[in-house]
Amino acid sequence: MAGPMKMRATLSGGNTDVRVLMSHPMATEQQTKGKPHFIQNLTVKVNGKTVIEGEISQAVSRNPVFSFRLKGGAKGDKIEVSWLDNKGDTNKTETAVA
Amino acid sequence: MRAIIGSAALALAMAPAWAQESQFADYQKRTAEASPVELFELIGEDLWKKKQGPNNVSLERCDLGKGPGVLKGAHAALPRYFKDTDRVMDTETRILHCMMTLQGRSREEALKRPFGDASQPSEMEYLSAYVAGHSRGFKMTPGTKHPKEKAAYELGKKLFTVRTGLWDFSCTSCHGTEGKRIRMSELPVLSDPKAARPLMATWPAYRVSNSTFKTMQWRINNCYRQMRTPEPVWGSETVNAMNMFLTVTAQGATYRGPGTKR
Repeated sequence: MAGPMKMRATLSGGNTDVRVLMSHPMATEQQTKGKPHFIQNLTVKVNGKTVIEGEISQAVSRNPVFSFRLKGGAKGDKIEVSWLDNKGDTNKTETAVA
Repeated sequence: MRAIIGSAALALAMAPAWAQESQFADYQKRTAEASPVELFELIGEDLWKKKQGPNNVSLERCDLGKGPGVLKGAHAALPRYFKDTDRVMDTETRILHCMMTLQGRSREEALKRPFGDASQPSEMEYLSAYVAGHSRGFKMTPGTKHPKEKAAYELGKKLFTVRTGLWDFSCTSCHGTEGKRIRMSELPVLSDPKAARPLMATWPAYRVSNSTFKTMQWRINNCYRQMRTPEPVWGSETVNAMNMFLTVTAQGATYRGPGTKR
């Protein structure tokens, strides 16, 4: 079961700074003797439109933190961040730009 | 993120001795920026509000010294003397007290697993993150007036210098001289307010090197373990006295935790 996520999105100098925390074991091949468990895909959407599609690997630490800077943005824009891991688990969180 | 931390560690190892302090500060700043500590607060909130124990109630009515259910600034005002138990208690000891009195749980059951690991942090670790998070920005004001608070401080002060165990160590063996360090961790002189303030203002804390959340109880226990002495009983007078001594030494600092450590 996926643990919580937490996100903050703030406007600064015409850009939107997004910082998102996610709970995930991010277990590597070596740690698990061949049964790794890690987030593979990361998607950031603004008002329903995909702006970032990221592929990440087992090299990222447990409970990762990501931050992005998006050009433009306005107060109240809906930012959605979702992830999909190699076992098919998924989670997402949504927040409005403040 | 592992990649960033790896390169920071490498840079530190290669840094000349004179640059050590600023490099270390930079490393701490970077790890704090990427700290997942808020996730622990979120899970702690769920556990705080979860009805459990024989009485099937939550901890929401727990009195941490500011009245039943008041979390704001509570951690920053602990340890202190509690009339109902006639003893000095720190945050975790008081949480345990609430588990036993409100929820009706036994001490054994509530402390079955006080210290967790990376895969499964303990209930107490989550709860202490949640409670401490409500004291961000509050001045640290532990109890110093009641005779038992004074006695706890004096006991802690004494314990700080008592040499014990196989290696004849005391806390001051590591934390008594300026400028000491273990690998890349500076060893602060904890009897000096200048060193104690930034430190006590950031416990409990997430530990980056092993992805776990650590409480002050764990820190004190682990110091004793490293000194090769028997570990003190969880929530005992010893641990509370030590915590009292350190917190009083650090009093006046603005609480900034839960923090992030190496």
